[in-house]
Amino acid sequence: MEKKMVTVYLSGELFKVPEGSTIIMALEYAGFQLKRGVGCREGYCGACATVYREKGDYKLKGGLGCQTVVTEGMAITQIPFVPAEKPLYELETLTPDVGTFTNLFPSVFRCVACNTCTKACPQDIQVMDYIQSIIRGDLESAANISFDCIRCGLCAMRCPAEIVQYDNGILARRLYGKYLAKKSPELDNRVEEVKNGKYDADIEKLNKMDRDELSKVYYDREIKIT
Amino acid sequence: MYPEYMMESIKKVAETRAKRLEIARKYGKKVFPAMSEQERADILNTYHPDYKDDALKEVRIGPNKGDKMINEVADIIEAYPRNSSSTFDLSKIDYETDVLVIGAGSAGLSAVLEASKKGVETMLVTKLRLGDANSMMAQGGIQAADQTDDNPYLHYLDVVGGGHFDNKKDLVEALVMDAPQSIKWLEELGVMFDKNEDGSMMVKPGGGTCRNRMHSTRDYTGAGICRVLRDEVQSHPDGINILEYTSATELIKDDKGQVAGAILYHMELKEYFIVKAKTVIIATGGFGRLHIRDFETTNHYGATADGLVMGYRAGANLLYMDSVQYHPTGAVFPEQIVGFLCTEKIRALGAQPVNKDGELFVFPLEPRDIEASAFIRECEDDKGVSTPTGLKGIWLDTPLIEELSGEGTIESVLPAMLRQYSRFDIDIREYPMLVFPTLHYQNGGLEINAKSETSIPGLYVAGEAAGGIHGRNRLMGNSQLDIIVFGRRAGKNAAEKVLNGVELGELSIKHADEYAKEVEKLGIDKKRISPILLPDYIPNHVKAKQLTTIYQGTLY
Repeated sequence: MEKKMVTVYLSGELFKVPEGSTIIMALEYAGFQLKRGVGCREGYCGACATVYREKGDYKLKGGLGCQTVVTEGMAITQIPFVPAEKPLYELETLTPDVGTFTNLFPSVFRCVACNTCTKACPQDIQVMDYIQSIIRGDLESAANISFDCIRCGLCAMRCPAEIVQYDNGILARRLYGKYLAKKSPELDNRVEEVKNGKYDADIEKLNKMDRDELSKVYYDREIKIT
Repeated sequence: MYPEYMMESIKKVAETRAKRLEIARKYGKKVFPAMSEQERADILNTYHPDYKDDALKEVRIGPNKGDKMINEVADIIEAYPRNSSSTFDLSKIDYETDVLVIGAGSAGLSAVLEASKKGVETMLVTKLRLGDANSMMAQGGIQAADQTDDNPYLHYLDVVGGGHFDNKKDLVEALVMDAPQSIKWLEELGVMFDKNEDGSMMVKPGGGTCRNRMHSTRDYTGAGICRVLRDEVQSHPDGINILEYTSATELIKDDKGQVAGAILYHMELKEYFIVKAKTVIIATGGFGRLHIRDFETTNHYGATADGLVMGYRAGANLLYMDSVQYHPTGAVFPEQIVGFLCTEKIRALGAQPVNKDGELFVFPLEPRDIEASAFIRECEDDKGVSTPTGLKGIWLDTPLIEELSGEGTIESVLPAMLRQYSRFDIDIREYPMLVFPTLHYQNGGLEINAKSETSIPGLYVAGEAAGGIHGRNRLMGNSQLDIIVFGRRAGKNAAEKVLNGVELGELSIKHADEYAKEVEKLGIDKKRISPILLPDYIPNHVKAKQLTTIYQGTLY
């Protein structure tokens, strides 16, 4: 059966591509072997940020090329990179508070709460909310809200205050993970136990077993999962 | 949304749900008997793709000459190098470094961080954008035996049992003993692990684990780790020289047989560069984009096994290239996401695999090869559901998760999955997912020892490119672990080797020239070149007109 075709405009140029294609599939169908603006192809890496307008709609929308299905008359341009200077830091020397952001990301305080970043986010993250959390010094909330960020960069491209939201997000999460999240005592204990050789003899026993002995111990082990 | 004709089967799944829920409430995770050793052997022999008569062929050149390998792997092994001594002047060196890391997933990033911490010069090259790697896509978790009812001994047993006892024991020991400190290292770098209110780790079981051992960062575990490592690497440009959109196409050796650098290739500009390096770490990942047996894949666009080819041609041995991991749960509907990973965590949370009649047919947490074989059996026995594009799948009953753990569970612990399906108007809180095994992981790879060294002086391998850790089948959560454990080991050991003094002789790619002669003797088409660098998805009717184009990834 012949596939129904739709017309799309790739950086302004007209192509006919199969209905149901994602933007990445459409680019490849048109004949481009992609090297930039493509990555995991499953919506996890953020390499394929794309802006588009749909026919009859004045709105400029953002999406991931690998996750957005083309529609008849869609005009598409990829934004494979966002120019932004990433501040350099030693996490060890930072404190988990708003002062760190004042020093490293002074632009974050330019936020005018217009919510354009949130509207641009293909992950439906409440981007403006986490920027506001940072301004309030609530890094836990910033870390949690920004958690699903894949650094596609569309927020920073649309921001009228020229904030680089995703770089703020990763720093908030790292500060939270290192300094603010409660530590697991079991983990620290186990690290010490391994260092002190508590399991060396047990492991040595397994290393010395032949295949049959190992198989027997394996199938006899008690399964305790919840 | 699902087409009307599928709703009939979905209705049956809903009808049996109450009964299956009751079993789950009564027996916990043990909702179906786990298979015995004999049952495991039988189902693999009958249904697993690796065990089909025509899956393998004998490789005719190189260190593993005479061994059987997966067809598609043998094809890129028996191919010509891109570079030869007659066309490359190795005396014109573009870069010099102490430690060259090829590949920038979590293994490469860990390696370069550890090497650079020792004060040596490092260089990190990556084929696409920094951090674009399978590491970024992992969802479910990372194993480490840090709970009080668990220990490295049990973790070891699970690893070797899952791997059918083909694992290299020194590597298994390194994996399980380094696991707790790896989690600690990641947390100190700022990875946000899922925790209970008291700070203890929120842990789940995985296929083939005997304890709850799976740590996670929601269902973005790979990204949760990889983006932190990337940020740390990008924060230290003084010690780490990064080249993006640059792949390696051949290793350079010296006249003493040591590895001495690599030839690099800019993916867009098509320029070649020569790097002289005292040590090289291959962290190029696996082979998912070879689309073995035409399977769809969960893998990143760049997963074309480049490191295997380069290491093999330089004389390093390969292990278990007769084995492929098919992840049991790849999406088969809707069409746009066919092959995509549906994390094993979905089953760890209680979702059950059921056939078109709504019947549970397998213990949901068997090791991956066993689970995948059971899914294939159901589909071959006409117990699967067909898609409009002619694929088959079985249901993964996700609404059970909300029933078992309360409303809102999916949104909080599986946000990526919920988002992925809602993009196509399917709410996985209400409807099951249609899944079938998808090409996921390269179980084998270049042979290493516990220091991540190969048999070639100065050459290290870490991550999916390395073989032996997982035997012939990896368990969930042990890949995220191995990339950290062996990435760090490779980085530290390579740096130490440099600090102990490495004297390089004259640079050479004679090994590639000699390899090319062997390929020629087999009468292979001169246009067959590897590493292939990218898969090729341009349609044939377009290619027929692109008369002078050279494609990456076209295997003639």
